[in-house]
Amino acid sequence: MSANEFYSLHVNGKTMPVQDSWVGESLLYVLRERLGLPGTKGACEQGECGSCTVLMNGNAVCACLVMAATAVNSEIVTVEGITSESTLTDVQQSFVEEGAVQCGFCTPGLIVAVHHLLEKNPQPSEFEVKEAISGNICRCTGYGRVFAAVEATIRSRNEVK
Amino acid sequence: MTVIVAKELTTALTALREHADARLIQGGTDLMVEINFNHVKPTTMISLRDIDSLRTIRRDQPGMLSIGSGVPYSIIEEEPVLSDIPALSQAARTVGSPQIRAAGSLGGNLGTCSPAGDTLPVMFALDAMIHLNTLDSSRVVSIHDFMTGVKRSVRQHDEIITSIDFPIVKGWQGYSKVGVRNAMVISVASTCLVADHENATVRIALGSVGPTIIRCREAEAWLKANHDLSAGASISLDIAGEFGKRAAAESSPIDDHRSTAAYRRHAISVLASRLLRKAYQ
Repeated sequence: MSANEFYSLHVNGKTMPVQDSWVGESLLYVLRERLGLPGTKGACEQGECGSCTVLMNGNAVCACLVMAATAVNSEIVTVEGITSESTLTDVQQSFVEEGAVQCGFCTPGLIVAVHHLLEKNPQPSEFEVKEAISGNICRCTGYGRVFAAVEATIRSRNEVK
Repeated sequence: MTVIVAKELTTALTALREHADARLIQGGTDLMVEINFNHVKPTTMISLRDIDSLRTIRRDQPGMLSIGSGVPYSIIEEEPVLSDIPALSQAARTVGSPQIRAAGSLGGNLGTCSPAGDTLPVMFALDAMIHLNTLDSSRVVSIHDFMTGVKRSVRQHDEIITSIDFPIVKGWQGYSKVGVRNAMVISVASTCLVADHENATVRIALGSVGPTIIRCREAEAWLKANHDLSAGASISLDIAGEFGKRAAAESSPIDDHRSTAAYRRHAISVLASRLLRKAYQ
């Protein structure tokens, strides 16, 4: 594969061609600027803030640290693809109801990280929740409302059972 | 830029030999930062992400765990590494954040070879062996010979780090690191201590306090000469304190943007004595 060569990524269940790009672009840049998926946010571009968290083969990673052209064989899920429904997920709804969204910039990354946590560990301890979102920086909430939203999601999922 | 996504090791090794300018990329947690900020402009990239053979954990010989260079930290945090090489699991768990640990690997830590590399003190304390392959040859290098300076190693351009052998040692082992907070922190000082009950020795290696990882051979020898280090032995506060001082004396830290030499030396003395106390609690 050489500069500007055409390649495709598998994003949110679809094969998406990437055109007119520089082949060294990060997955974050490609998602936002080439594939029209601006839900994934870019802030630090050095893996420090977690706002660009996406799922890659089921693992939560920073899209800014993935060279998009190396992800041609991977399944990518962004916040846009976290649900196939047109409504909010239970995690998203809890974030809204518990006031875990303020400026909103960190929110997509947190939503992906929390979905990933609850997928792997449906009954996390307080410590496990803290560790799971330790790579997602929020400058507004002080995290208290975020923890409340995670707890509310777990509570509502337990009630459904 | 050309990007080669290798699925087999031989594909990557062939490409590496053909392109004198090629850079290897595994998890990307170091190199992509450099690329995003235009600090480096590689012309050829070889991605190792899809090479399954680099992502295996094997028990080929008794008493040894062989970890593929591409195994991410998130896997190293868990079994079987957690039971066999607990200090390595602990070190892996201090790397960056869950997102970084899902991407970063031992091969990347060795390839970058920073004195702050979190898993390197564990390799030094355990006398890990590094496997390097070229297209037509392979060699095994002790970690002590592998790292030669700040971001310098004996790896040649056409070599790929394929796996790391860790001896499984009977006895307590632990890893501690000092930084400004728990997550997302590059270590200011780090220490790995391994108590080898069978040989009644203690080994200690320090990170971020010198151009390479430092194995404190003199402190180790002093401890062995003066104290019983077999299983069930006890270590007094005084001995632990003296051991900490001796370990710190073997460090050679500098003042930089992250900390000062004096603080780092102090941190090492505290970490070393605490780890020793824990080992013989």
